[in-house]
Amino acid sequence: MQFGLNEEQQMIVATTRAFVENELFPHEMEVERTGHLRMDLVREIQKKAIEAGLYAANMPSDVGGAGLDTLSWLLYERELGRANYALHWTCVARPSNILLAGTDEQRQKYLYPCIRGEKWDCLAMTEPGAGSDLRGMTASARREGTDWVLNGTKHFISHADIADFAIVFMASGEEETPRGRKKLITAFFVDKGTPGFTVREGYRNVSHRGYTNAVLEFDNCRLPESAILGEVHKGFEVANTWLGATRLQVAATCLGRADRALQHAIRYAAERRQFGQQIGKFQGVSFKLADMAMELKAAELLTWEAAWRFDQGSVTEADMSMAKLKATEVLAMIADEAIQIHGGMGLMDDLPLERIWRDARVERIWEGTSEIQRHIISRQLLREHGA
Amino acid sequence: MKVLVPVKRVIDYNVKVRVKADGSGVDLANVKMSMNPFDEIAVEEAIRLKEKGVATEVVVVSIGVKQSQETLRTALAMGADRAILIEAAADVHTDIEPLAVAKLLAGVVKEEAPGIVLAGKQAIDNDMNATGQMLAALLGWSQATFASELAVEGDKATVTREVDGGLQTISVALPAVVTVDLRLNEPRYASLPNIMKAKSKPLATKTPADYGVDVSPRLTVVKTTEPAGRKAGVKVGSVDELIAKLKDEAGVI
Ligand SMILES: Cc1cc2nc3c(=O)[nH]c(=O)nc-3n(C[C@H](O)[C@H](O)[C@H](O)COP(=O)(O)OP(=O)(O)OC[C@H]3O[C@@H](n4cnc5c(N)ncnc54)[C@H](O)[C@@H]3O)c2cc1C
Ligand SMILES: Cc1cc2nc3c(=O)[nH]c(=O)nc-3n(C[C@H](O)[C@H](O)[C@H](O)COP(=O)(O)OP(=O)(O)OC[C@H]3O[C@@H](n4cnc5c(N)ncnc54)[C@H](O)[C@@H]3O)c2cc1C
Repeated sequence: MQFGLNEEQQMIVATTRAFVENELFPHEMEVERTGHLRMDLVREIQKKAIEAGLYAANMPSDVGGAGLDTLSWLLYERELGRANYALHWTCVARPSNILLAGTDEQRQKYLYPCIRGEKWDCLAMTEPGAGSDLRGMTASARREGTDWVLNGTKHFISHADIADFAIVFMASGEEETPRGRKKLITAFFVDKGTPGFTVREGYRNVSHRGYTNAVLEFDNCRLPESAILGEVHKGFEVANTWLGATRLQVAATCLGRADRALQHAIRYAAERRQFGQQIGKFQGVSFKLADMAMELKAAELLTWEAAWRFDQGSVTEADMSMAKLKATEVLAMIADEAIQIHGGMGLMDDLPLERIWRDARVERIWEGTSEIQRHIISRQLLREHGA
Repeated sequence: MKVLVPVKRVIDYNVKVRVKADGSGVDLANVKMSMNPFDEIAVEEAIRLKEKGVATEVVVVSIGVKQSQETLRTALAMGADRAILIEAAADVHTDIEPLAVAKLLAGVVKEEAPGIVLAGKQAIDNDMNATGQMLAALLGWSQATFASELAVEGDKATVTREVDGGLQTISVALPAVVTVDLRLNEPRYASLPNIMKAKSKPLATKTPADYGVDVSPRLTVVKTTEPAGRKAGVKVGSVDELIAKLKDEAGVI
């Protein structure tokens, strides 16, 4: 195995880190304190991100992205992940890979404008009654002549307020399987302003200030057949084929914040003096640092290895779940210990630690809860033994 | 017109330098290295000349250890077209002196025939501020140092120089050597698509022998010391006391 980064990867890290430190960090305090990201600020940073080729860099080069391999892409994600989530997601957007699944016409209407920074997407699966168990969704799509009619509610939908359209997953029928009746799911593009489609303000959330979520309501929302993404009843298939390594993306952004917190903790332990010496000289503090650094490295190795396997075509569901699970849990531990090492100062919003600690919380819930990741890992272990 | 830009791999400006135990220099083992910031400004200016249609090709050259290739790749990712690495040292601690660098660059200039050499005014590691001037002398070319503005028109360049206490504008005949100062421009980020493209841009590797230049050192470093640590400050009780101290003790007002 080869563990070093190649020249391109080192440059990707250097460029992205410089951008994050120079263009995003200076605005974090405003977003954190107001809980709001100003659109004029978004436009200003977005323009620079486009110039630096950082915008939508997750996309292949033939559609205007950077054409990165998975590891390089995740290194970029790690650097972006250091910053306030609303800032990096909105100003340096990574449009969902599922947009690549569209027809030529759908690509013209949705994919390219997202890559050029003219539109934002959002992805709606979760419902009040269906979270981990997405197949249990009740929002539905019913065929009427050549049209489809959508009804139901989606919630927790990230940045649907600024999105120009939503990719919505709806129960479109049922089929008999050996293990009972199973819902069939279809994915649709729904434009803002379509009659019968309403976006309502969502909940206030402890993590990622300025990064909103919304409630989507469908009341006899009528769509033509051309609004379907992929094939009828094949919504999850399109998602599984195209969404890509979103768990690794979560892992990578968590690694960035965990590293930021760890670097703060190391510097503080070397600077802060109590009882006549640097607190880093007390074993109670220094051993924490050792564990934090070791756990971060373990999480990084799991993530980079899964990325490498992803490109080799040998990645398993368990590989990606392990990386996501480990990185999100390590981030929580490191954020907590970094605050502990800072004493009272760690809680104050003058430092980024209190928010890294708050932001860590959602990472163990979205993109599959920690329990669901453990379920995926253990299922893979046991399946071959017939359990 | 071709533009030649020499770039040096130096200790990153964010790194807190540590002097080697034997005082022979600064410890560079496992330390983050980057492109000399003044050279970054020179690369940026060269790319802007190309974007304006003044330059047709931007060639970057680095002299030093093999790892200087990384610095060249960064320049290529910013937008330079082609790179030349002159492998002149095996140990990261070997610094090639300005005269040897200038002689090697003169050799490159003879081969490449650029219309302008854009160099950093100095490297932030040893602050020599000599290479550009020596190169101009060896070539018998005009020189304009400490540029904060550059305009090329026909066979002339107008350069605004940052001199003590003000600015001086001069006109030089091309070909010329121009060394750049901090305020000339703000270098761009190496964009991600360009980073990926940099891999396929040509990078030629040469040795000092190819140019018939002897790079062995002529200078001896006697001693390297860290700057004296800052003394602890004092708290003053009032504005009057502060003014009195600035007058009587510091002697600054
Ligand atoms: C800020 C935020 C933004 C979001 N953005 C989006 C978005 O843009 N689009 C979207 O579609 N969704 C989004 N989500 C939804 C997110 O994916 C879900 O919250 C997540 O899948 C968990 O679902 P749930 O919240 O309904 O919890 P539930 O599924 O109800 O889980 C509750 C608890 O039960 C546990 N549990 C459930 N099933 C099992 C099991 N089989 N074994 C063991 N334990 C189990 C869970 O681990 C959890 O601890 C977002 C959520 C948040 C918080
Ligand atoms: C919200 C808030 C309200 C407060 N209100 C008051 C108040 O009303 N009045 C008041 O007087 N104070 C108040 N405090 C101060 C509080 O008591 C201190 O924050 C606390 O005593 C810790 O001190 P410190 O923050 O300076 O951390 P430090 O003492 O600098 O500790 C930093 C880290 O070093 C560790 N450490 C220090 N010494 C050792 C050692 N010998 N061995 C091992 N580890 C060590 C600590 O455990 C910690 O992890 C308040 C603090 C907060 C956050």
